[in-house]
Amino acid sequence: MREVTVGIGGAAGDGLDKTGDTLAKTAARLGLYVYAYNSYQSVIRGGHIWLRVRIGERKLTSHGDHLNVLIALNQDSIERHAREVESGGAVLYNSDRLKLDPTLLRDHVLPVPLPVSAITKPLGKVPPVMQNTVALGALLFLIGLDFETAAGVLTDTFKHKGQAVIDQNVAILRAGYEYAKEHFVPLGYRWTFTHVRRPFITGNEAFAIGAVTAGCKFYSAYPMTPASSILHWMAAHADRCGIVVKQCEDELAVVNMAIGAGYAGVRAMCGTSGGGFALMTEAIGQAGMIEAPVVVIEVQRGGPSTGLPTKTEQGDLNQVFGASQGDYPRVIIAPGDVAECFSAVVTAFNLAEKYQLPVIIMSDLLLSEHPETIEPEDLRYDVPIERGELVTEWDESKGRYKRYAFTRSGVSPRALPGTEGAMHTAATDDHDEEGILISDVFTSPPVRRKIHEKRMRKLEAVLRELPPPVLEGPEDAEVTLIGWGSTKGVIREAVEKLAEEGIRANHLHITYLFPFHAREVAEILRRCRKTICVEANYSGQFARYLRAETGISVDAHIRKYDGEPFEPRYIVERVKAILDGRPLSLEVTEEEAREIAYHYIRTHLDEDARPGRISRLERDGFEEPIWNVEIVSRETGRKRGRVLIGIETGSTYRWEPEEAAS
Amino acid sequence: MATVIELPIETYAGPVDPDWCPGCGDFGVLKAVKMAAGRLGIQPKDLVIVSGIGCSSNLPGFIHAYGVHSLHGRAVAVAEGIKLANHALHVVVTGGDGDGYGIGVGHFIHAMRRNIDITYVVMNNQIYGLTTGQASPTTMKEVRTKSTPRGNPEPPINPIALALVSGATYVARGFSGDPDHLAQLIAGGIAHRGFALIDVFSPCVTYNKVNTYPWFKQRVYKLEEEAGYDPSDVMAALHKSFEWGDRIPIGLFYRDEHPIYEDSEPALRRGPLVRHPLRPERAVFEELIEELM
Repeated sequence: MREVTVGIGGAAGDGLDKTGDTLAKTAARLGLYVYAYNSYQSVIRGGHIWLRVRIGERKLTSHGDHLNVLIALNQDSIERHAREVESGGAVLYNSDRLKLDPTLLRDHVLPVPLPVSAITKPLGKVPPVMQNTVALGALLFLIGLDFETAAGVLTDTFKHKGQAVIDQNVAILRAGYEYAKEHFVPLGYRWTFTHVRRPFITGNEAFAIGAVTAGCKFYSAYPMTPASSILHWMAAHADRCGIVVKQCEDELAVVNMAIGAGYAGVRAMCGTSGGGFALMTEAIGQAGMIEAPVVVIEVQRGGPSTGLPTKTEQGDLNQVFGASQGDYPRVIIAPGDVAECFSAVVTAFNLAEKYQLPVIIMSDLLLSEHPETIEPEDLRYDVPIERGELVTEWDESKGRYKRYAFTRSGVSPRALPGTEGAMHTAATDDHDEEGILISDVFTSPPVRRKIHEKRMRKLEAVLRELPPPVLEGPEDAEVTLIGWGSTKGVIREAVEKLAEEGIRANHLHITYLFPFHAREVAEILRRCRKTICVEANYSGQFARYLRAETGISVDAHIRKYDGEPFEPRYIVERVKAILDGRPLSLEVTEEEAREIAYHYIRTHLDEDARPGRISRLERDGFEEPIWNVEIVSRETGRKRGRVLIGIETGSTYRWEPEEAAS
Repeated sequence: MATVIELPIETYAGPVDPDWCPGCGDFGVLKAVKMAAGRLGIQPKDLVIVSGIGCSSNLPGFIHAYGVHSLHGRAVAVAEGIKLANHALHVVVTGGDGDGYGIGVGHFIHAMRRNIDITYVVMNNQIYGLTTGQASPTTMKEVRTKSTPRGNPEPPINPIALALVSGATYVARGFSGDPDHLAQLIAGGIAHRGFALIDVFSPCVTYNKVNTYPWFKQRVYKLEEEAGYDPSDVMAALHKSFEWGDRIPIGLFYRDEHPIYEDSEPALRRGPLVRHPLRPERAVFEELIEELM
């Protein structure tokens, strides 16, 4: 398959997200597939953004392992990423401001210095951020994307700013394109453009659009990364879509308002991350008890506590399973990709209303914030809307309406407030069929038993309605990779790569976490030869859940908890190591030692310092082997000292300035 | 304007009798809520009583109307959700001082600053009754309770002053020993367009041996009978809200007309949300998708 990965590195405020967006939309309009991931690198000084845009002729399900072209918007990005650019690729940079040390480049990597002021001189005074557009123009030429399509994207992007702004942007884009055409040879990408237009969309946008399409009329939230972009989308589209969007004083209000709205009969949703969800838990049990429909989106980020606000993790599974006291019916769905985010919300609203219970959708920063192209038919207008049994009037002369009537299915037809004759209290203390409390004077063990069974029985029908997971790939595979949530795409890609290397693997992905298809999953797992659970947390929360539900312990684990998403190569290498019986090493690698040194520089040294040569010392006065990281001057290349990093513990033992070290 | 057809108090007779202690102040409040709804001619189907947790929060179960018995401290938030989903309903929150001024004080303040059109009746007995007699946010200083055997070291919250500075547009205090007067205040609150607080002295006969019926009867006087008192003057109201001792004012402290939260929501101009068609128009949906291209 033909594909290219473009990395754009710069500081916050460099406008690189807009540049990435223009590139991605250009590729998407040409009929190519795109997957992008924006990583906030903590290793580079000054707050740094590292955006990877992967473009290909086939559906892409992760940001991949490669880097073909680097657009460096500052010196840090050159130092950090130039060495990652693969042969046949290129490094684009503003040669007015930045220097490229050719020794950083691998063989056959093309340096593309762009003298931005000379290139834009004929266009008069242009703002500094326009260096991105020059680079983008040059990139289009180098990787063979159509100029006019990109100009069209810019035209649409700046439509609201008027023709003058459009003209300036397109002229600068053209100047970059023409400059590259004059001075460089294209990198040799030959694409087949189908011109099939596909939506380029994040998981959070898919949640929001899915909700609106399914009839959501109420969305409440308290700002919290990485769930906030749902709130932003909803607020920006509220008037057009006829939704009430409420930013509340805290997550307690958020979820209780949504429950109130759900009880009153509108489709209501709220969203948060792990910390906010912790505040919501009591109310989610309340929704289970009063049988009010509500959809809650939990977008995980690195924990525990406030943790890693802009990093990804799948560490909230235990919290979501453990949310609220007592047993209560609820559904937990973990969509695996952006298209499933859309369909998960549709399913969630239908289940929430048909079975009158809370539905929790689990996402994470990776799934919620990364954009990708999906098929147009993934976003359907005519989604099914199933509201469940509603009582629209009640004749009181035939006796009191029983809000919680004990039925075989456990579902008691619901009457919304305002319905003639069906007055009742929806009570969070346990109650009888009519909603009368059984907690105080009317305590009745058998009534309590039957209402509890009624509520919980609803889950049997929910489970029957949900499709059981299926094993994808060869039945007789040597190894089975098990995942849930956002890892679906990257595991699928790892399975393909393993096949290329002669290892037959298959993939079991779980979307419906609760209620759980324990029987079906156990049957599948019993047929598997070697099982590995892949999840982005420290303790293997899903593997433990799998054992609890099926009695089956997986054979091995692949876990990650450094805040960055899995990449296919990482999984492939770990699978091979597991199959070879090689134990997992937790030692600090040379690459990690460089990043730890960057962290030390950022926190304790100055702008001029950067890591230089790195060597391993077996013992240097410490109880473990040491990475000896030379720190050199950016300006002069002179050695300034060294940082000593423990290979086992990762401790930054010492900074030794050159005078002391010599 | 449509003429109001008053409804008898029996209209709202609940399925079961209250399980409050004999003599509990909450009986008077329950009666006053029913009287207020009846005076305004509100059909039971159009009335939603939302409560939290506590003795007084059991009130929705004792009245023939829609009700939500929600979590401790969360009644106001649930009520706001109901009101925004269906603003044709009359939404009345009933609860206690612990529920509203303690664990739920955040929602209380923010609901007032929003001036959302709900009515909040707080049965303030200055004690935690359901948990058998601990200090509450309105327990007076030095009062001994199970949790403050040396006497309460904290001064009480002043709910009237808090409501005035938080932006409530109808602020009143009643006494459950005078249900007629209280019903008038509650009816005024329900009829008022905006957030209405009716703080009610509702004595706990079991656990509060200080703030008893006789204690209040000796002290309360009605602001309506106070010559020259102008309830549209917020500073005068604030001044009165600090009067506590031999004389304690009840009645309407403050009322003013301000835009309500619901006015700020364009979606609500097309009628209650609950009656809107679920699906967006196809043209709108297609615009949303086009933005992604």
